[in-house]
Amino acid sequence: MHKFANPARFMRLSNIVLPWITGLTILLFALGLYYSLILAPEDYQMGNTYRIIFVHVPAAYMAQFGYGVIAVSSAIGFIWKHPLADQAARATAPIGAAFTALALLTGSLWGKPMWGTYWIWDARLTSMLILFFLYLGYIAVWQAIEDQVKAAKIASIVSLVGLVNVIIIKFSVDWWNTLHQPATLMRMDGPTIGGNMLIALLLMIAAFNMFFVAVLFWRIQSLILQRRIRSLRLQLGGGLG
Amino acid sequence: MIKLALSIIMRDVSLSLRHGSATTMVVGFFIIVVSMFPFAIGPEQNILQRISVGVIWVAALLSCLLSLDRMFQTDYEDGSLDQFVLSPVPLELVVVAKSIAHWLTTSLPLIVIAPILGIMMNLPNEGFLPLIYTMLIGTPALSFIGGIGASLTVTLRRGGVLLSLLILPLYIPVLIFGVLAVKASIGGYDATSHYLLLLGFTLFSAAIAPWAAAAAIRSGLE
Repeated sequence: MHKFANPARFMRLSNIVLPWITGLTILLFALGLYYSLILAPEDYQMGNTYRIIFVHVPAAYMAQFGYGVIAVSSAIGFIWKHPLADQAARATAPIGAAFTALALLTGSLWGKPMWGTYWIWDARLTSMLILFFLYLGYIAVWQAIEDQVKAAKIASIVSLVGLVNVIIIKFSVDWWNTLHQPATLMRMDGPTIGGNMLIALLLMIAAFNMFFVAVLFWRIQSLILQRRIRSLRLQLGGGLG
Repeated sequence: MIKLALSIIMRDVSLSLRHGSATTMVVGFFIIVVSMFPFAIGPEQNILQRISVGVIWVAALLSCLLSLDRMFQTDYEDGSLDQFVLSPVPLELVVVAKSIAHWLTTSLPLIVIAPILGIMMNLPNEGFLPLIYTMLIGTPALSFIGGIGASLTVTLRRGGVLLSLLILPLYIPVLIFGVLAVKASIGGYDATSHYLLLLGFTLFSAAIAPWAAAAAIRSGLE
């Protein structure tokens, strides 16, 4: 694993891989959008409005995936003192937060025609909102601490505590919600998804995933370059400027 | 070792008692926050009755949060925190002792005051004992989880706001089960499962939080 801890090696490898990932992302998006906007049939109940799920579901999935990536790379960074893993966790946070915001936004846009209101305290919406808060807290830790090594350690503890709690919070929010409103408005067991809709959804999830990886690589690269600039400036004795 | 932990608790409690002001301020804050709600929502008795449990619980969370940043701050400033890290007592045990001391000096006074606020908020009679029980069971979790936040932000200059941003989302389960248990008792339902879940969360946080907090203190002091 420490083979990949070297930032220079990461830069070399990622420069080779990145064009392929970018190309794949564009291809998957093109295919996915074609399927989801044109090939997938109109829903007999919801009309064309339902097509927002092709953005909403992948975004919600990436939001959770992103927190998982942060937690795993934080654990690796904390246990093996792996600097690249710390940077990966740091680079993931804004991406995950953006996907969470996108999922909340598309969810509420979908909610208006479906439920007649932009926001209800549905269990899923609420847990998503709390996930967003956890992302904000994690990002704030990185911003609050000057010393990068210390910030990495503190942030990894925050993310691991958050991971344990996000599971408990999810459970308790479900519990709270089922007691408050027994008949939930959002029922997924109604129209089962199939055919071109399913293909479109899977393609979009794959596209979002590739996009996530591509942006993550860009962000790690730019973080590494930032550090290099910092240390070069220090070597020149010019201060941090 | 237990003796040392006990002496840390005694030290913190007597420090807080002789200092006096911190506990009084927290209790005062608790009362003021609760008494803001009738102004904001209106004095109708039935509305106050509906929101009473929730308001008291939220005010308790905020009051607890208010005193958290002092949990390790004074020890950090006068150097005792370094002594704790170096001492043969495991740092985890020190954190447990500090959390218990925080609970004794912050949450216990709140629990004593809570019934009076319950009267002011027109809490139904069946709600008083459950409110005290849930607060007794639930508030230790606030101190234990708060210990993580306090230790994460101890070396930061403007840690207070960050602390609330980090810790408040983690308090949600306590709030949910605390309020649900009281409401179930008022409504005449069986509240056992809520009590058990609340107790479980408290025990879980007591078991896990000190490790995270001790790790955070060690990283912060490096």
